[in-house]
Amino acid sequence: MKYLFYPGCSMESSALEYKDSMYASLQALGAEVEELEDWTCCGASVAPVMSDLLGMVLPARNLALAERSDGGRPVIVGCSACFLSFQRTIEAAADRVRLEKMNQALEVEGLTYHGKAQVRHLLDVLANDFKRSEIEAKVKRPLTGLKVAPYYGCQTVRPYASFDDGQAPHSMVGILEALGATVYHHLHEATCCGTALLTTKPEIGMGIVGTILEDTTAADCIATVCPMCHMNLDSYQDKVSRVMGKKFHIPVVFLPQLIGLAFGVSEEQLLFKRHMVPVGPALARLPA
Amino acid sequence: MTSSEVINLTAVKRDLAFGDRLIPAAQHLSTCIQCGTCTASCPSAAAMDITPRMMWRMVQLGMVDEVLHSKTMWLCSICYQCQARCPRGIPLTEIIAKLKQLAIQQQIKEWRESTTFYLTFAGVMRRYGRMRELEFMARYFLSTNPMEAIGYTTMGLTLFRRGKVHLEMPKLGGKGRLDDLFNRVAELEKQQ
Repeated sequence: MKYLFYPGCSMESSALEYKDSMYASLQALGAEVEELEDWTCCGASVAPVMSDLLGMVLPARNLALAERSDGGRPVIVGCSACFLSFQRTIEAAADRVRLEKMNQALEVEGLTYHGKAQVRHLLDVLANDFKRSEIEAKVKRPLTGLKVAPYYGCQTVRPYASFDDGQAPHSMVGILEALGATVYHHLHEATCCGTALLTTKPEIGMGIVGTILEDTTAADCIATVCPMCHMNLDSYQDKVSRVMGKKFHIPVVFLPQLIGLAFGVSEEQLLFKRHMVPVGPALARLPA
Repeated sequence: MTSSEVINLTAVKRDLAFGDRLIPAAQHLSTCIQCGTCTASCPSAAAMDITPRMMWRMVQLGMVDEVLHSKTMWLCSICYQCQARCPRGIPLTEIIAKLKQLAIQQQIKEWRESTTFYLTFAGVMRRYGRMRELEFMARYFLSTNPMEAIGYTTMGLTLFRRGKVHLEMPKLGGKGRLDDLFNRVAELEKQQ
């Protein structure tokens, strides 16, 4: 399979380990991935608050680049906020009037968007483009005994639950089982991580994070598929522990890091050392 | 305001075209049956001064000031749970973005930490074309509550040691990467 890849701002900086482990996993599975050139920010949830049109145009600029680069290849997106921005724009482009308006704006960039680019979440690609047997065949170091709590977050599956269920998602289960891990189910797999509330309203955001952490303490780690979810669940554990008066110390990893690990990619290459809560002790318990 | 309080509609200023100003997102809002699924689904409802269900009723009734000055919209973390579960299929989360647009346009001061978040984010995006997380956070804290930043010092240093934070020189003058596109969008929005 051949794909284009839109990294988005976070996967280029704070969530670099997500990007590197994605490349490692997809290459091992035989996929060809090429990064979209000259991409810019999707506008996240901010652009639609500035204006309706800006909320469409910033994603459309990247979709136009994707169409120009190669019509046939789907665009992989790893960040759920970017995924949402693109899906909103694709939906709006079905209305010719709105598409025309986007293109009037894109003139200044010398670009035209045709409403044809196909965007897919990385989780969708991992769960649905490879057979379970293909993943199992690549496993060199099974994650036997590792209890992994899947955490999908919100915008991965809502409101565009194109590849999974918006209330009870399950895409990670087959992958984790193929890696030999034990899936630790809990009640907050598709709840919100608090997104920007951790910055703007920390007392409320930390309560939201605390509820998720509390529900997953019996697992060895949490697996995420979004840079924002990862940042909120991993980086704030000390602060959340202080607020809630209860010690939280659960490693939070990106799903492709676990895939890479099981495929025999080194822990250094998968950049586990970048996480705030050390992942080492959980990994040390794995069979060598 | 509590959920049991009776609102005297003759005593409040009302704008019966309020819902129309949120269109197209809000065209189905008049079909809201006040079931409260939105409130029950909202992770932040407990901290709101007006619950989501009450807010949608107030929008129907044209109570612009009460809605735009409440902190309800700023506590929305855009998780789409209310929208996904609304039995009427109303795009509630999308309408919240429209409410935030109006609140920012009208320069409503109360929730400055939230409006500053959006405006600062948009500014960095426009200047570089991509988000620069460190510069964004620095600008955000400087323009809201610099003292608050101190509480993040330990976390920030650890993030830096882990290689999570990238140091880049801020660009102070000159043309922004997306200036042309932002300006063109502003022109087109004015024409409407």
